[in-house]
Amino acid sequence: MNEVVPASVPVDGLLSVAWLVIVLPLAGAALLLLGGRRTDRWGHLLATGTVVAAFAVALACTLALTERAGRTVSLDLFTFIDTGNLDVTAGLLFDPLSAVFALLITGVGALIHVYSIGYMAHDPGRRRFFAYLNLFVAAMLLLVLGNSYVALYVGWEGVGLASYLLIAFWHTRPAAATAAKKAFLMNRVGDVGLALAIFLMFAQLGTTSYAGVFGSVGLLAGGTVTAIGLLLLLGACGKSGQFPLQAWLPDAMEGPTPVSALIHAATMVTAGVYLIARSAPVYDATPTARTVVLAVGAVTLLIGAIAGCAHDDIKKVLAYSTVSQIGYMFLAVGLGPVGYAAAIAHLLAHGFFKAGLFLGAGSVMHAMDDSVDMRRFGGLARKLPITFVTFGLGYLALIGFPFLSGWWTKDAIIEVALDRGGWSGWVLGGVAVLGAGLTAFYMTRLMLMTFFGRPRWEEGVHPHEAPASMTAPMVLLAFGSVAAGFLLVAAFPLSGWLEPVFGEPEEAAHLVSPLVVSIVVTVVVALGALTAWLFVGRREVPTTAPARVSPVVTAARRGLYADTINESLVMRPGVWLTRALVWLDARGVDGAVNGAAAALGGGSARLGRAQTGFVRSYALGILGGAVLVAGALVAVTA
Amino acid sequence: MGAIEAPDLSYAALAPLLFVFGAACVGVLVEAFTPRSVRHPVQVTIALVGTIGAFVATLLLAGTEEVTAAGALAVDGPALFLQGTIAILGALSVLLFSERALDPARSAFVAAAAVPAGSVRDRELATSERVQTEVYPLATFAIGGMMLFTAANDLLLMFVALEVLSLPLYLLSGLARRRRLLSQEAAVKYFLLGAFASAFFLYGLALVYGATGSVRLSDVRVAVVTEGGSALMVIGLGLLVVGLMFKASVAPFHSWTPDVYQGAPTAVTAFMAAATKVAAFGAVLRLLYVAFGTADWTWRPLVYALAIASMVVGAVLGLTQTDVKRMLAYSSIAHAGFLLTGVIGLGPDGTGYGLAATMFYLVTYGLTTLGAFGLLTLVRDGDGEATHLSQWAGLAQRSPLVAALMSFFLLALAGIPLTSGFTGKFAVFRAAIEAGAWPLVVTALVASAIAAFFYLRVVVLMYFSDPAPDGPTVGVPGLPTTIVLAVTAAATLVLGVLPGAVLELAESAAVFVG
Repeated sequence: MNEVVPASVPVDGLLSVAWLVIVLPLAGAALLLLGGRRTDRWGHLLATGTVVAAFAVALACTLALTERAGRTVSLDLFTFIDTGNLDVTAGLLFDPLSAVFALLITGVGALIHVYSIGYMAHDPGRRRFFAYLNLFVAAMLLLVLGNSYVALYVGWEGVGLASYLLIAFWHTRPAAATAAKKAFLMNRVGDVGLALAIFLMFAQLGTTSYAGVFGSVGLLAGGTVTAIGLLLLLGACGKSGQFPLQAWLPDAMEGPTPVSALIHAATMVTAGVYLIARSAPVYDATPTARTVVLAVGAVTLLIGAIAGCAHDDIKKVLAYSTVSQIGYMFLAVGLGPVGYAAAIAHLLAHGFFKAGLFLGAGSVMHAMDDSVDMRRFGGLARKLPITFVTFGLGYLALIGFPFLSGWWTKDAIIEVALDRGGWSGWVLGGVAVLGAGLTAFYMTRLMLMTFFGRPRWEEGVHPHEAPASMTAPMVLLAFGSVAAGFLLVAAFPLSGWLEPVFGEPEEAAHLVSPLVVSIVVTVVVALGALTAWLFVGRREVPTTAPARVSPVVTAARRGLYADTINESLVMRPGVWLTRALVWLDARGVDGAVNGAAAALGGGSARLGRAQTGFVRSYALGILGGAVLVAGALVAVTA
Repeated sequence: MGAIEAPDLSYAALAPLLFVFGAACVGVLVEAFTPRSVRHPVQVTIALVGTIGAFVATLLLAGTEEVTAAGALAVDGPALFLQGTIAILGALSVLLFSERALDPARSAFVAAAAVPAGSVRDRELATSERVQTEVYPLATFAIGGMMLFTAANDLLLMFVALEVLSLPLYLLSGLARRRRLLSQEAAVKYFLLGAFASAFFLYGLALVYGATGSVRLSDVRVAVVTEGGSALMVIGLGLLVVGLMFKASVAPFHSWTPDVYQGAPTAVTAFMAAATKVAAFGAVLRLLYVAFGTADWTWRPLVYALAIASMVVGAVLGLTQTDVKRMLAYSSIAHAGFLLTGVIGLGPDGTGYGLAATMFYLVTYGLTTLGAFGLLTLVRDGDGEATHLSQWAGLAQRSPLVAALMSFFLLALAGIPLTSGFTGKFAVFRAAIEAGAWPLVVTALVASAIAAFFYLRVVVLMYFSDPAPDGPTVGVPGLPTTIVLAVTAAATLVLGVLPGAVLELAESAAVFVG
């Protein structure tokens, strides 16, 4: 395993300023937040400028990196904690894996900043929005560029915070506030897992730097490595909306659409994939945890695809699609060394076409007075030609239309899954193929309901194409959607570029010929699209969702009951615990007592309201505690 | 029976205590002999000289390890480190006390505490500009008591210190200028329950003396080794712990905390929340490790359970609070639990990383809490401080700076990276993990996740809600509060980004004598 440990080479030249990539957007965020209203007029331009500049720096650094032997450099920035037995140095690791992420984040980030200039033009909170967006970009870059798990954790919390702030951006909508809370809570569950994994590494290895952990992971007991792997996976599931923590992601669509595109489609939600790919040496040492990754990916892939088929909210369909596509990536990283490059390739391609699809959805919403109900769309292809074409290209890329991005990257994953061999290979391959068919179904349904058929617009809606600042990023992303797959898989194979991180790509012996796979997948995709046309395109779309539907559709509409399960397993016990503690804390105190206290206090209502208890009940509590303590001690010693 | 020999006193090693107690005594004299017009500046100066002088003395004494006053006082690393912390927190609290720009009546303290609340005289005084200056000697005595508490190497002295620190606090809690009934009720509650808890401590002391024949911590330690843990001694230990946990507001001995924190003048609450916690944990650490360190199997499960109870109670009940001061009170209960995870992290016989981690956490927590409470004094309505959560809605639009600073403190309390809260939590959790206390750390992480929710709720409220039309105003603080806020915010940031120096200091100080 040691050969994949990045050898740290001291930096010089251009790469020594790689920290600028993070500092630029961070400085933008700080300026906008501290500058107050003074920056209202030009703040959004500054924010966009910093991300564009960060992209330029990232690009220059990546080019500089290609000329280096080993293609890995590390920068020590400063010593975070340095004491006798604890040494945490904050530093950056710039290697092929972090480089592609840095390019994705700053590249897509810059385009989405540009798009937001138009999208948020009339929003009173524009400066705040751009500040948070910059904050997000900075935190996400720290997440992927840090050279230790602690640095990753700092970025991890940062993106979580920014995501929370941005989902709740339109806080006056109760749904947005609730969605933000839900995202926050489910993410915290994952964060606890990640934190525990980091502590476990610390306790066992005394270090959290990638180099240190990967260098000595082989010395650990098998059970410990598996525990680390599973805890990391829990963190990854929370951030990436994977089973069983997937329910927050569709709700997070309450945030502004550029946020959905950047954070909840292209970058942040793929942090889980980054985490697992980055921790490859850990998973190499624990087949058990890797198998769980695989299972999580396969299950989520299907859940997302099924739920996506039944929703009428255009952004929620895209969100379930994201859940499902990240499921593909988890599946790929779960397959081990053969799958890493495929996962990252799909991640990058997905970043392009899904960001493009969300921006297209934003453009449609812009045209339709912020409606997201596809049942009230229809016939928009003529009214929004640029949106239609760019969205259409993203759609074709996503369903895996031959020679577009998804075809290259998704087929690669399906091939790798089938190559696993044995019954598990067939099951996983089958699931992946089925998922591709479902993807074709729900995306075709979305296209038909939105752009084709008879207009079913609400009264007073006059669709119009978005301004150039919005369409230009869509066009650029559409190019990416078309070409990324070819470039990453065939022209400049990503697996070769990532070799310093994941080791030499193996030339796998294919169990099923790639050509056969490709044909089968294409047929299944075509069947999916055809089914969608038979069910949706051929008929008139009712403007309200039919109430009498089969149980399968009901289940899909409710996200396969993820919320119900969460409620009964987590929320209810939580509510009970809170109630019980409140009751215990205010024991013996009821309305009558409060009233008496108020009367005693000379009618001071404030007193009655604020002071909930009498001293005697508090004293009783202390006495009870003391008896428990003494009793427990005697019991322990006896 | 021979003549009683005067104990040998090392005055140099006692310098920090002498400074503070000296200042307190001078303060009492000033109160009696100087004209009212000059009392306020003189008292503030004396209190500051005393506390800052004590802080400098602890710095100069660094590295001292001796037991003096016939073995009753231990001047060692932990004592000096915590004394220095208390002195700094005390000096900052005195600055908060002395703020005169915020309240229209120029002080947060009642002009004459003995006048019945609501009487004609009371209403006259409420609008007058007469200020109360007894608070400074009172606070200085309390600070002295706290510093003595952390150095007490003898159970009796520990009890005396407990009372010296507690009695002024009871009084201070009742001195609010506004909402006097609430304040007085808080004082009475705190006093009654405090007396109750002191009784437990005293009874525990008696039992331990009965079991071991000594009140000296080092003698108790020897007795524990030679005789093992008898039921008498173990119950005594339990009662001592109850008394100390009450002061540290650890669940289930926390019930006074929200009421008292809410009722007391906010500057006093800040002082209590920050400095009392440091002192109480100083005593807890010394008691458990110096006296009972060799019998850690007796108290370890107990502290374990108390830590979990405190974290869960603090985090969960904090969720239901609608008053910022009460919310911070529950936060303080949860933090007491986090601190106990650091206590668990101490290996047998005081080895391991737990002592340094706990001390570091105390510094970070104390400074951040002081800053957060200090900020509360700025947000006011016609009735004094506006502490109801609904009044904080949309505060960012009225005062971006106050909202940003409050958010920063709350994020630090939540333990978000790049704040001192993160490094502190990191240190104690790591210590607990090294001691193998896995389930405890899992609970702690879950509890901090829950607690993060109610901290962030305030942030969201400040930034994302529309302000109420008749909402509170944000006062412009005078120099003292400005200094406090600047120092605490800077410390919260620096200890979050570059905690190395203070962590190292804590580690080098983490050796008990005695």
